Amino acid sequence: MREPIIEFKDFSFKYKSQKEPTLKNINLKIYPGEKILFAGRSGCGKSTLAHCLNALIPGSIQGDISGNLRVCGNDPGKLGVFGMSKIVGTVLQDTDGQFIALTVAEDLAFALENENTPQDELFEKVGDVAKKLDISDLLECAPGELSGGQKQRVSLGGVMVCDVKILLFDEPLANLDPATGKRTIELMDDLCKNDDMTVVIVEHRIEDVLHRDIDRVVVLSEGEIVADMTPDELLCSDVLSTHGIREPLYITALKAAGADITPDTHPQHIESMLIDPYKENVIQWFHKTERQKSETCDDTILEIENLCFSYDGINKTVDNASFKVKRGELFALVGKNGAGKSTLSSLICGFNKPNTGRILLEGADIAELSIKERGERIGYVMQNPNQMISKTMISEEVGLGLFVKGVPQDEITRRVNETLKICGLYPYRNWPISALSFGQKKRVTIASILVMKPEILILDEPTAGQDYAHYTDIMEFILKIKKALGITIMMITHDMHLMLEYTDRCIAMADGQLIMDAKPFDVLTDEAICDRAYLKKTSLYELSLKCGIDDPSEFTARFIDDERRRRKEACDEQNDIL
Amino acid sequence: MNRMISYENKDTPIHKLSGFTKLVFFLLWCITSAITFDTRVLVVMIIMGAMIYIISGTKWEQVSGVFAIIMFFMVLNILGIFFFSPYEGCKIYGSRTDLLHLFGNYTITSEQLFYEFNVLIKYFTVIPSIFIFLTTTDPSELAASLNRIGIPYTAAYSLEITLRYIPDVQDEFRRIKNAQEARGIEMSSKGSLLYRIKNTAVIIFPLLFSSMDRIEVVSNAMELRGFGKKKKRSWYSQKKLTAMDFATLAFIILFSIGSLVLTFADGSRFYNPFI
Repeated sequence: MREPIIEFKDFSFKYKSQKEPTLKNINLKIYPGEKILFAGRSGCGKSTLAHCLNALIPGSIQGDISGNLRVCGNDPGKLGVFGMSKIVGTVLQDTDGQFIALTVAEDLAFALENENTPQDELFEKVGDVAKKLDISDLLECAPGELSGGQKQRVSLGGVMVCDVKILLFDEPLANLDPATGKRTIELMDDLCKNDDMTVVIVEHRIEDVLHRDIDRVVVLSEGEIVADMTPDELLCSDVLSTHGIREPLYITALKAAGADITPDTHPQHIESMLIDPYKENVIQWFHKTERQKSETCDDTILEIENLCFSYDGINKTVDNASFKVKRGELFALVGKNGAGKSTLSSLICGFNKPNTGRILLEGADIAELSIKERGERIGYVMQNPNQMISKTMISEEVGLGLFVKGVPQDEITRRVNETLKICGLYPYRNWPISALSFGQKKRVTIASILVMKPEILILDEPTAGQDYAHYTDIMEFILKIKKALGITIMMITHDMHLMLEYTDRCIAMADGQLIMDAKPFDVLTDEAICDRAYLKKTSLYELSLKCGIDDPSEFTARFIDDERRRRKEACDEQNDIL
Repeated sequence: MNRMISYENKDTPIHKLSGFTKLVFFLLWCITSAITFDTRVLVVMIIMGAMIYIISGTKWEQVSGVFAIIMFFMVLNILGIFFFSPYEGCKIYGSRTDLLHLFGNYTITSEQLFYEFNVLIKYFTVIPSIFIFLTTTDPSELAASLNRIGIPYTAAYSLEITLRYIPDVQDEFRRIKNAQEARGIEMSSKGSLLYRIKNTAVIIFPLLFSSMDRIEVVSNAMELRGFGKKKKRSWYSQKKLTAMDFATLAFIILFSIGSLVLTFADGSRFYNPFI
C-alpha cells in the first residue's frame, strides 16, 4: 500500500473566537497523485480544512488543534506557513489578491525571489512555467490587462514555480464565467496528469468541477466528513441534496424523472454516462410535464436605442445595443468579463454618457438627467455590499438616501420601516451592520436602494461567491420583492443556474454587441451563442439529446418549470411550518 | 484616466539605465544642488537637466499638472524670502546696490535679486530630475534599487505594492462614488462644496473597509508564497549594471565632487559676482 501524502487522524480544530469546534474528528487519507474535491456549504469547514494544509492554521489563524495531521511526512504546524509553501501551493479564490507584483513575469517569480534565488535561475524557471501554462506572450503585462482566465493561469504559475507536491485550490471558480471556469478545470486536470501532482479543490460548484475526472469527493457538513466516495457513488446517493449542495442539473432532472441512478452507469459526466436504463423514465416524464404559462406585460418601461459607447474612441465597449424592457420583468444580462455588461449598466445609470443612441425611461429620453436624478428611478446595487455600506446601524444605512434628500425624519422612519419589513430585516433594524452575515448585508444594500422607490433595480452579480443555500436565499428574496413591489429587475450575472431558474429573459453580450435576446433556456441550449458569450451549454441539453428528445430547449424549459413548482411548494411548506 | 508622473515604458538611453544608477544619480544630483549656491554650477546643471529631459522622451502632459503646482509654491517661496528677509542677498554677498525703493523698509537690491535668482534656478535643477526619475524608472526596479542601496526589502516592496494597487483603488473609488451618487448623494459640482466634503464619508468608509479586506487577502497571499521568510531576496526586475551604468555613475560622482570643489574653492557656498 502506498503511503498517504496527506493524513488527518482524529483531527479537530476550534477557532479561538468560537465555542464549538469547526472541524470534528476528521479522519482522511489522500494519496500522491490523487485529485480530491472538498465540497460542502459555506461554514461546513471545508476552507478550514484547506487552511490546515497550508498552515495558515495555526500559522496566521489561531485556535485549538487536537489529533494529528501529516502532510508529506511533516507537521504543518511545526513547519509554518513558509515551510509549507514549498510543499503545498495555494491558489486563492480572489485572483486579484493573489496577483501581487506589477507584471506577470514578476508575479511568477515572486515566490522564488523570496527564496533569494539568483536572477539567472529566476529567468529560466519563469520561462519554463510560462511555457507550460501558455502565458509566455503575457510576461510583460500588468494585472489589469489580463482576463479572468489568464489571471487564474498566472496564479497557478506563481505557486507552480516552487515545484510543490500538492496544489490547493480555494474556490477556484467563484469569480469566473462558466466557459473560463471550464477551461480552468481542464487546465488543472492536465497539470495533474502530467506532473503527478496531488490536487485538492475546495468548491461547492460540483457540476463544474466534475467536468473532468475527480478521484474522490469529500463532503463536509458541520465540521464532519459525511461522505468520502467516488463521484459516481456520490451522485447516486442523496448526500448532496440533504446537505444543501447543488447536484449537477442532469442528475436532478434524472431523479425528478424517477430514475434510480446506479454507479455502474458512470453518472460523473453526462457525455460519457450510460443513459439507456433511464431513457424511458425521462421520456415519460417529459411528456407528462406541462409548461406553465408565464404572464407577460406589454407596458415598456425602459428602451435602449442604438446605444454606442467607447472609452478610448477606438474600441466600442458597447456597440449599437438596442432592446426594450417590459415593466415587472426580471431579466439577466450575461457575457464574459469585458463584454460590455457593466458598461451598459453604467450608461443606463448615467455614470458614463453614451456616444450615440438614446435611453428612454417610460418613453422619455433621460440623457439630460444627472446620476442622482436617474438614481431616484433606476436603483443600482453593487456586487460587494461592503462597497456601499457607510453607516453603522441598519436603519441609518437604509435611510441615508432619504436623509440626504432632505425628507422629514418621520417620513424617513416610516419608509425605512416599511422597506425593512418587505426585506425581512425589520427585527434587526437597530442592529449594527457589522453583526450581519454577507447575505444579510446584501439585503441591507438592496433595502437602502428600494427605500428610494425606484422603478428599475439593477443588481450587479447578486449571488457572486455564494453557495447554493445562500444563493437560493438571496434569489428567493429578490423574487419576493419583485412580487411585492412590481419592480423591474435587471441582473448582471455569470451564473447560469440563476439565469435558468429565476429569470424570464436573457440578453447575451459579446464584444459590446447584443448577440441574443431570448428565453434563458433558448440561450443556454444554443451552442454558438454560448461559445461567444463564454457561457456553458446546460447539461440538460446533452441529457435530452441522449434520451432522444430532439427539442432540448423545450425539455429544459419544462424541467425548470417543474423545478420552480417544487421549490415554491417547498417554500410554502416551510412558511406553513413557521 | 489620470496618469500623472507615472512610469512609461519607452526605448531611450535613460530608460535602459538600471534603476540603481538612476537612483544614485538622482540622490547625488539633488544633494549637489542643495549644497551649492554657485551660479556657474547651477547653470551647467540646468542645461544638463534640460538635455536629459529631452533625451528621456518625457512628455509635457505627463508632468504639466505637477509642474504647475510646484511653480505656484515656488512663486510663494520667492516672494516670501523677499518679504521676510529683503536684505538676505546683501548679507550674503557683503555689499548693497539699491535699485528701486518700494515702501517702508523694502528696497530691491541687485544682491537680493541675484540671490533669489539662484534660489529659482536651484528649483529648476531639481524639478526635471524628479520628473525624469519617476517617468523613466520601472517601480519594481526602483524597489529593487532601493533594496540594493541598503533599504530593507520589506520597506522597498511595500512601495512597489502601493504602486501596484493605486489603479485598483482608483477604480474602486470611482465605482463607489457612482453608486452613492445614484443613491442621491450628489458628489458632482452640482452640490455645494461643504455638502460634498460632508458626504465624502459615504465613499471613504466603504473604500477603507474594502481596502482593508484587500490588504488581508494580499498579505495572506504574500505569506503563502514565502514573503518575509529570508533576510535577503532577489529581484526579477533588477537590471545588471552595464558599461553605460558605470560610466554614468562615474560621471555623477566626479561631477558632484567637481561642483563642490568649485563651489567651496573661495571658502563660501556662494558665487559672488559683486566683488
